[in-house]
Amino acid sequence: MSRQSNRATDSKKMNSELFTLTYGALVTQLCKDYENDEEVNKQLDKMGYNIGVRLIEDFLARSSIGRCQDFRETADVIAKVAFKMYLGITPSVTNWSPAGDEFSLILENNPLVDFVELPDNHSTLIYSNLLCGILRGALEMVQMAVDVRFAQDTLRGDNVTEIRMRFIKRIEENHPAGDKCGVLLNSHIFCTMKKIFNLVSRLVKH
Amino acid sequence: MADEVLFEFLHMEIVSHVYKEQQTNKGEMDSKERGQCISVLENMGFRVGQGIIERLTRDSPSFKDELDIMKFICKDFWTKVFRRQVDNLRTNHQGTYVLQDNKFSLLTQLSNGKQYLDQAPKYLAFSCGIVRGALSNLGLESVVTAEVSIMPSCKFQVVIQKL
Repeated sequence: MSRQSNRATDSKKMNSELFTLTYGALVTQLCKDYENDEEVNKQLDKMGYNIGVRLIEDFLARSSIGRCQDFRETADVIAKVAFKMYLGITPSVTNWSPAGDEFSLILENNPLVDFVELPDNHSTLIYSNLLCGILRGALEMVQMAVDVRFAQDTLRGDNVTEIRMRFIKRIEENHPAGDKCGVLLNSHIFCTMKKIFNLVSRLVKH
Repeated sequence: MADEVLFEFLHMEIVSHVYKEQQTNKGEMDSKERGQCISVLENMGFRVGQGIIERLTRDSPSFKDELDIMKFICKDFWTKVFRRQVDNLRTNHQGTYVLQDNKFSLLTQLSNGKQYLDQAPKYLAFSCGIVRGALSNLGLESVVTAEVSIMPSCKFQVVIQKL
């Protein structure tokens, strides 16, 4: 068909438009369902969390990035790799707290709000709150408890969109999984072998 | 291009949210409630479809006839939204079209066979809405339904409403 050629719209762009529009439809639906901005914010965060918990697996598999050594490295990976990969933007990392446990992501152009205008009666709605949930959920799966929230939002008249992230604590693993388990097993075998060795040597002495 | 993953996860969350929202405490849903869920999802898709077609046809020549529109939906629109072309388009030339996609993108993650077949409708309602919304903004009022006999293959039936 001749139609095909003259419409070489970038498929990546289109896909992110599909995402943006779908997200818009979701927020609209939530506003209908709850009629209370606070509740909508909470729902978006919850749904984001559910996505983040799964998204981290996709991310780790694709990016082949290992464990982060510190929070600064985490910040870099989030801004330069994760945001780039999924939303096609690279937010800047700024406003580090002196202790290095808190930073801000500044989003130049948030793709979630591409065609959005907030009506006046939704002044407390945090439109892109899904992102907070995603970040929280994803980091929780790599043993980091982090507080994520929007500090500024262009939709609500601020100059920039700012996501503030605060490291709370490292989550201890209850059930040692994977490599840790291996280590435990090894040390266990080692102890047993040592005991047997001692026993045998004692027997030999006698 | 990993954006599609994000869309797929979002879509799953939307489906599960809508179902949780409509479900009453008695556990099992009756067919009326299930119908409500489907129509909520369908309506969300409708709005999205309208938006997408606006963006997609911004600078395209106008269409000759109904069939031309359907061809556009099967090729360009499907490629943009579901990342592949429709495999088969059939019509009775009286306003009924059947679009068959042998590897529908929202079903490929679910199953490759008959497992979870009963779950298929809720993962298709949104897409039906998208197609209906797109057609609506091209001037065709329609009813779009989907039918799956084996995943991930899916048939969309479009019935154009004559005014």
